[in-house]
Amino acid sequence: MTPGATEISGPGDPGLSTTAERRIVIGDAGGAPDKEWVIVARGLTREYDMGGEIVRALRGVDIAIRRNEYVAIMGPSGSGKSTLMNLVGCLDTPTAGEYWLNGMLVSEMNDDELARIRNREIGFVFQTFNLLPRASALHNVELPLVYGGVPATERRKRAAEALDSVGLADRKNHRPNELSGGQRQRVAIARALVNRPSILLADEPTGNLDSTTSAEIMNVFEQLAASGQTVIMVTHEADIAAHAKRVVVLRDGMVESDDRREKFATRMNG
Amino acid sequence: MHLLDAVRLAFQTLRVQKLKSFFTLAGVTIGVMFLIAVVSIVEGMSSYMENDFVAKLIGVNTFQLRRFPMISDASESEWREWVRRPRITFDDAREVAAALPEEALWSVESSDNIPIESRFSRPRALEATAIDGDYFRIRNMEISLGRLISPQELTLGTRVAVIGEEIATRFFPRLNPIGRTLKVGGTSYEVIGVAAKQGSIFGMSMDRFVITSANAPLQRLVNPHNLIDGMKIKMPTTDGMFEARETVRQVMRGRHKLRPSQKDNFVMETSESALEFWRKIEGNLVIAGVILPAIALIVGAMVIMNIMLVAVSERTREIGIRKAIGAKYRDILAQFLVEATTLSIMGAAIGVALGIILSQTIAALSPLPAAVAPWSIVAGILVGAGVGVIAGVYPASRAARLDPIVALRAE
Ligand SMILES: Nc1ncnc2c1ncn2[C@@H]1O[C@H](COP(=O)(O)OP(=O)(O)O)[C@@H](O)[C@H]1O
Ligand SMILES: [Mg+2]
Repeated sequence: MTPGATEISGPGDPGLSTTAERRIVIGDAGGAPDKEWVIVARGLTREYDMGGEIVRALRGVDIAIRRNEYVAIMGPSGSGKSTLMNLVGCLDTPTAGEYWLNGMLVSEMNDDELARIRNREIGFVFQTFNLLPRASALHNVELPLVYGGVPATERRKRAAEALDSVGLADRKNHRPNELSGGQRQRVAIARALVNRPSILLADEPTGNLDSTTSAEIMNVFEQLAASGQTVIMVTHEADIAAHAKRVVVLRDGMVESDDRREKFATRMNG
Repeated sequence: MHLLDAVRLAFQTLRVQKLKSFFTLAGVTIGVMFLIAVVSIVEGMSSYMENDFVAKLIGVNTFQLRRFPMISDASESEWREWVRRPRITFDDAREVAAALPEEALWSVESSDNIPIESRFSRPRALEATAIDGDYFRIRNMEISLGRLISPQELTLGTRVAVIGEEIATRFFPRLNPIGRTLKVGGTSYEVIGVAAKQGSIFGMSMDRFVITSANAPLQRLVNPHNLIDGMKIKMPTTDGMFEARETVRQVMRGRHKLRPSQKDNFVMETSESALEFWRKIEGNLVIAGVILPAIALIVGAMVIMNIMLVAVSERTREIGIRKAIGAKYRDILAQFLVEATTLSIMGAAIGVALGIILSQTIAALSPLPAAVAPWSIVAGILVGAGVGVIAGVYPASRAARLDPIVALRAE
């Protein structure tokens, strides 16, 4: 272990790659994690039954993420990144393992409770934007507040503020097809942020964008992370991952490495 | 999500899919339209029967003593029993009248189709009625020209006649009929009065009659010696009418020498008892009038269900997006239910409007009266809403059950 790594990763820090040390943080199954951990997943497993043949997308992932961390998830195509994000984003439930979000055992929740968590705690940004095509930018951003039961006047105000914060104050009434790809993704980010979620998830948010626009969008995430927002992002571009403070690499549904950015960069360079 | 948001969303969707929405509405619109039209016509006929028809035929606090009911749907065996009954006679009427309290009004009448002619028109068989007693007061008959037959003239059998408006124009075209001669069954009568216009019932003119005294020669033509069609008795109050009915019953049972075990072999009809017959028909009409629209509504519901199922599969991705950002089962359920219900309520509202137009048109073009009942409008809208809910439940629950990830992957 390098002295630098020891310095950053104190006792219980998940940024350590050996299984023994990781277990200190992750803790024992069934126990609620400490408050500072936004996300703690133990033995997260997701299998798909494809007509008798079992596809094992995730096979026992342990991961713990602290509040305000900026984490990049990498790995080859089909390694289980999206599956992991969907579980972390409460869009999906694990076949086995447990998942704690903000001290709540999400893996045991029913569909309505999950919907509530998605609405209150999670902002999700997709590669394909996933905006409602017939609704204006403002209405798209308003939508989580509609399901959150926020009164109409307040939600309009908050949606406008969120659009303003991603630099789209003058595009409120545009529909997605009247916006560029980068602008669409900004609307999606505004929508993800409007409920002030505890985690912002992004699954290849720049996958459909050209390099200039990608850089702009990455800049937005960078600033959000810098302002204290917990961000978890899937990407397969190393230079994009380089923005993150910590990189988790998946392979074949398992964590291959989980490290601080510095360490990752060293490995890449070396 | 609030109901208002769901309704707003439904209208947005409907605005975008105008054409499809229009076809979706058609079934419900047609169903509700016919529902309103049928109910209006039945309702119109009903109020007509109750307020005009029976009142004109019998009147308030009035009953008529007859051999058998004037209006009925009697069976074969009932008919056979009726025609064996003794007929009502002048002697019956005299004894009944004597037994009635002072405040009672009574009349006797007999009618038949009798050849009628004047110098100005060819002969034609039309209804002529021979009357006695307080006939005009019981019928509330107003005169538009001339005067009524006086009690003395009735008693003496003076050859004078009061005629209906249509008789006046037919037999005395563009002439004042008062003082002119009308031949009724070969006997000349002087026309002394023309009754105020009564209008028509189901296309039947109520102004086609000739009235003379029962002591005039006409009586012999409409009924065999001493017989009358019936007797009308009117009392100042309803209670009085029921008492008078008992009195008349006892007199008639005595005259017909009925033993206590035997049933009455005469009837005493009030407007209520005449209405019972109408109510029977009305019930059948309503049933028929409900089945037809019901079929259209079932078809309408199936169309809506199909359209909604298509909408759910077309909008799977939208549902996925909504669920991903926190829509619960009931939010999506409500969204599609409200959409289906909004659609069908709009269809129902259009149906109500068209139904009102249709029933007014029928009323204008045919003798059928039509009165749009407020309750049928409310019922039409509620039926529309019900159809929407029923048709929407299955597609909406399918949408609401969608797995967010699967839905998001849809194209
Ligand atoms: N809904 C699904 N049904 C069956 N197999 C799936 C499903 N989703 C993902 N998989 C499989 O799980 C594995 C991981 O997929 P995914 O998480 O999408 O990988 P990544 O995002 O890293 O490319 C792949 O082998 C993929 O084929
Ligand atoms: Mg993926």
